[in-house]
Amino acid sequence: MRFDGTKDYVVTDDLKVAVNAAVTLRRPLLVKGEPGTGKTVLAYEIAKATGAPLIEWNVKSTTKAHQGLYEYDAVARLRDGQLGDERVHDISNYIRKGKLWEAFTSPELPVLLIDEIDKADIEFPNDLLQELDRMEFHVYETKETIKAAVRPIVIITSNNEKELPDAFLRRCFFHYIKFPDRETMQEIINVHFPDIQAVLVKKAMDIFYDVRDVPGLKKKPSTSELLDWLKLILNEDMPLEVLQSKDSSKAIPPLHGALLKNEQDVMLFERLAFMAKREAR
Amino acid sequence: MFFNFMDELRAAGISASLKEHLVLLEALEKDVIRRSPEEFYYLSRATFVKDEGLLDRFDQVFSKVFKGIETSYGTQEEDIPLDWLKAVAEKYLSEEEMEKIKSLGSWEEIMETLKERLEEQKERHEGGSKWIGTGGTSPYGNSGYNPEGVRIGGEGGQKKALKVWDKREFQNLDNTKMLGTRNIKVALRRLRKFAREGAADELDIDQTISGTAKQGWLDIHMRAERHNAVKLLLFLDVGGSMDPFIKLCEELFSAATTEFKNLEFFYFHNCPYEGLWKDNRRRFSERTNTWDVLHKYGHDYKLIFVGDASMSPYEITHPGGSVEHFNEEAGVTWMQRLTNTYPAAAWLNPVPEKQWGYSQSVKIIRELMNDRMYPLTIDGLGDAMKELTRKQG
Repeated sequence: MRFDGTKDYVVTDDLKVAVNAAVTLRRPLLVKGEPGTGKTVLAYEIAKATGAPLIEWNVKSTTKAHQGLYEYDAVARLRDGQLGDERVHDISNYIRKGKLWEAFTSPELPVLLIDEIDKADIEFPNDLLQELDRMEFHVYETKETIKAAVRPIVIITSNNEKELPDAFLRRCFFHYIKFPDRETMQEIINVHFPDIQAVLVKKAMDIFYDVRDVPGLKKKPSTSELLDWLKLILNEDMPLEVLQSKDSSKAIPPLHGALLKNEQDVMLFERLAFMAKREAR
Repeated sequence: MFFNFMDELRAAGISASLKEHLVLLEALEKDVIRRSPEEFYYLSRATFVKDEGLLDRFDQVFSKVFKGIETSYGTQEEDIPLDWLKAVAEKYLSEEEMEKIKSLGSWEEIMETLKERLEEQKERHEGGSKWIGTGGTSPYGNSGYNPEGVRIGGEGGQKKALKVWDKREFQNLDNTKMLGTRNIKVALRRLRKFAREGAADELDIDQTISGTAKQGWLDIHMRAERHNAVKLLLFLDVGGSMDPFIKLCEELFSAATTEFKNLEFFYFHNCPYEGLWKDNRRRFSERTNTWDVLHKYGHDYKLIFVGDASMSPYEITHPGGSVEHFNEEAGVTWMQRLTNTYPAAAWLNPVPEKQWGYSQSVKIIRELMNDRMYPLTIDGLGDAMKELTRKQG
């Protein structure tokens, strides 16, 4: 099984190697990168390319590691006990399967996505060490051991809000998705907008990279924002001249709402435009 | 093979372990990559580097290791000295790990297949097949692999002007570089101490269950929510020589205020004396007596100074040395009082560490702080937080 990207997703060579290493050796792949560079989408695409079902585990700040394995619903059992329900005698009625359990017992080889692992508490990755390493865990309530028949493909994404423990990292392959250069970006745009005019793309990319180069931006626009912006431009049927106008007094790009997500950034651009106007006089 | 690569990585501060090394060998075994130096570089990068801050360092090590090999081993015929490898392996491996390798097929077996594969490659090279290439693009050069590494980057006729790892694309992600708000928050998060305080508004299931079991009726127990209970006292140097660092301090400040509930901050100029202030515009009219600060906030507060500690030494050592007013007691006295009251303390200095040696006042402050001065970088901040969380006493 070799992953070479899909028709909707452009992979760079280094990412390809990392994914293939993780898929072949069945070790988790940890993906980091600027927001909007396609970390989560990668898992979708691997699932699509390999024809494997995708099991998604979205981690939040309140997520606990054992929730991925299973949960024992004590409250439900307590209630049933009070009501005299028959179900109460079998504890397995109150075990709720987690995403890892699902992935381990999946009839076909699944892709397990653990999304934004850094959102959870600092101890979270440590609690999953053995489970991800050996792909098995023990259910104390029913005294059974859940073991993966086939080791699932595990993709983990992180936004770097917390550092991950060393022991956890040792068990993963790591890839940092860097911001795509112009050529890669061109490919990505071609994949998403196959019929777009080449001139338009060129202009849009000029503006986009200019915006990214403006010093002092709080949040630089990323790939997903560029794609949204292009979609907007196409939707609005914006004439090419608007993008082409080299008039520096219009320093704010048209439909900037898709690119700039921060009122301070918009202010910054307005100030730049104002200064450009003053110079022109 | 690759052992000196690993040593070099460790020397460069990338914590490569045998675990990763084995993974790399396993991956090579299973033909994860096509045999090209780029792919080998990508694979070893994905295996060894786990932090984008270290990517640049990895690039440098990679370039160093595989370039150095070229000069000394490039043209020689080399056998893989299995004994040597074993010796190295035994040095690194524990009993259990040796067992583990055996379960993968013996170490010798792994190395043997590897060696065979390498020989094969060499022959192909001599046959002049495409990937090693006659056009001069072959980075493997004459001997292909040899026990210590891969010869990479031949000179003559090499089409690629720059190798991937020599581009050093990740330079600006390096750890020792300055930090942004987000990074600061990450660093500050190390300083967490969870405690349950305040109103009980969370259902304590364990207690409820055991309570119910004991009582025989539904016995609900509540408890308070868990939150960060660390108390922090932040002293910020303002004005004068601190002006170039305003942005940095702003970022630190905004990160700290969102991260900690119990945060108190005060400003000082150059060195803390008998008065501190909370509002810079009214620094002369609304001062807080430092004694009051010392008395009001308990010993369990952690104290962080942020300042460049660059001033005339007299401002610290002599009464009346302050540039702004006449201070009756010397800065030294106040610094000692502060550090005595707050055993957990650190000084963050935005001036790069390299330049500390040039200023006498930095030296004095550093001594007063018992060497607990850290540069205001991600690493420095991390170290400072480690120091603050250390058990005192």
